[in-house]
Amino acid sequence: MKAEFEPVMGLEIHVELRTQTKLFCGCSTAFGGEPNTRVCPVCLGLPGHRPLLNRKAVEFATKAALALNCRVASHTTFDRKNYFYCDLPKGYQISQFFYPMGTDGYVDIQIDGRDRRIGLRQIHLEEDTGKLLHSGSIVEAGFSRVDFNRAGVPLIEIVTQPDIRSAEEAKLFLQKLRSILLYTGISDCKMEEGSMRCDANVSLRPAGSRELFNKAELKNMNSFRSVQRGIEYEIRRQGKVLKKGGGVIPETRHFDEAKGTTRAMRSKFAAADYRCFPDPNVPPLEVAEEWVEEIRETLPELPDARYHRFLGLGLPAYDAEVLTAGKELADYFDAALAHYSNPKTLSNWLMGDFLGLLNAANLEVSQCKVAPQDLGRLLRLMDEGTISGKIAKEVFADMFATGKEPQTLIQEKGLTQISDAGELEKLAEEVLSKNPVSVSDFKKGKEKALGFLVGQIMKATRGKANPQLANEILRRKLQEL
Amino acid sequence: MKITVKDVNYVSRLALLGLEEEEKEKIARELSSILEYMETMGELDTGGVEPTAHVLPNKNVFRKDEVRPADIREEALAIAPRREGSYYKVPPILEGEQGTEGGADREG
Repeated sequence: MKAEFEPVMGLEIHVELRTQTKLFCGCSTAFGGEPNTRVCPVCLGLPGHRPLLNRKAVEFATKAALALNCRVASHTTFDRKNYFYCDLPKGYQISQFFYPMGTDGYVDIQIDGRDRRIGLRQIHLEEDTGKLLHSGSIVEAGFSRVDFNRAGVPLIEIVTQPDIRSAEEAKLFLQKLRSILLYTGISDCKMEEGSMRCDANVSLRPAGSRELFNKAELKNMNSFRSVQRGIEYEIRRQGKVLKKGGGVIPETRHFDEAKGTTRAMRSKFAAADYRCFPDPNVPPLEVAEEWVEEIRETLPELPDARYHRFLGLGLPAYDAEVLTAGKELADYFDAALAHYSNPKTLSNWLMGDFLGLLNAANLEVSQCKVAPQDLGRLLRLMDEGTISGKIAKEVFADMFATGKEPQTLIQEKGLTQISDAGELEKLAEEVLSKNPVSVSDFKKGKEKALGFLVGQIMKATRGKANPQLANEILRRKLQEL
Repeated sequence: MKITVKDVNYVSRLALLGLEEEEKEKIARELSSILEYMETMGELDTGGVEPTAHVLPNKNVFRKDEVRPADIREEALAIAPRREGSYYKVPPILEGEQGTEGGADREG
């Protein structure tokens, strides 16, 4: 059945910048901390103090704008957005309302093997708010508590064009956006800790039409999965309302993680009037072209460029995607490849044993004890025949646990592959004399018997015999018999 | 430009000001006369003048990204109307009301 309605969505993403201090004062931005200790007269909005712009935050925002293919504004102002709320100490938020830092960017994603470009309307710098905490039953408690440690932490807000057509697309876009921002190092982008937050504007239109029904804004989605679930639910809900001949109410809706549903928070009809105007305490900002170029120079190779470079190394698309999704893994791959020449073997090992052990131990790539050059060396020893593939896996597990070099472990455990023809000949003779049945089977044309006999040599050497050589020697001896 | 009591009601609601009826009329009159006075600027030809955001010709006034703890928790809490331990105590914000989770920017 063809869908009656088509979703049209845009996302707004807030990302906390990884600066040491807040946007306009020297208070620390570190996550956690005793409540209300990371505050000062500036971020609390006490009289007689003036905000001073954090140069690093401007640099980070510019870096993000460049990484997301935006035009960087040469002239911007910082504006006051006025409203009263308990988590906003000054009674206004300083944001870039009139001239955002970056405009007209995009992020490319792949969905079902097709390329999709999601447009970005703008990126701007602004302050975060404090945190409201409720303990136990709100009704019984009769009050809320406020912690202003987060108030004034620099954020960038990224606003997409209404280009997103499905919950899956929204998730893929967010993952790609996060990956790009992590590559730039401007934020740790942790959705669970709130350093990356996503709101979604969801509306439907009759399939094939250009006319939109009312939109709802979805909030409180704290993971990629929540974003997908929240949007899926909201699309279904709006579809049902419209099918019954009703109208979608333009409102903000709250995603309920436990129930997997959304519910109304407040009507958009009563939307506030923010009376934005340039903050008289913060002079305008001009990011000169030379400064922009200086910042551009600090950008690392970004995921898309790296993906294409990896394809050029002969890696399959799947491998290139897995390896470039996170900067650390891709860096590891590049570092190991400097000591080893077969990209596909390396990729297999990284996606297999390496990620397997990391995931099992719940570790990040950066926490792995195995130095990239040691993995490269191990794979070389395997290719050269010093150790078998099976032994290499064992050695790698030991390297992972101890951080020791492969040569050291191979020596310590006496794991060097037996490629000495004389030694293998002796073993072969023993095996043949102990297994007369297999020998006569082979003589009758049962090729499988040879496999069994090779297995006996491997068993006797605890896997250290060079299997190819053992095979050759046995075959020759059997034919001589 | 004429400011009406309706305008005053709207602005005072945004500013969370409680005004008496007589005050509203007085403020409407005063704001009107201020705006009328400012309108004399409209007589100037500003066609060739760049829009200004600030009175001073400053730009790019920066601070280094270095932590400078202020350590004013107790002083700041002391001037709050209500506190609860190390927190500011505020009227109950029901879950699901605006902005309890999302942080900055409620409307986008």
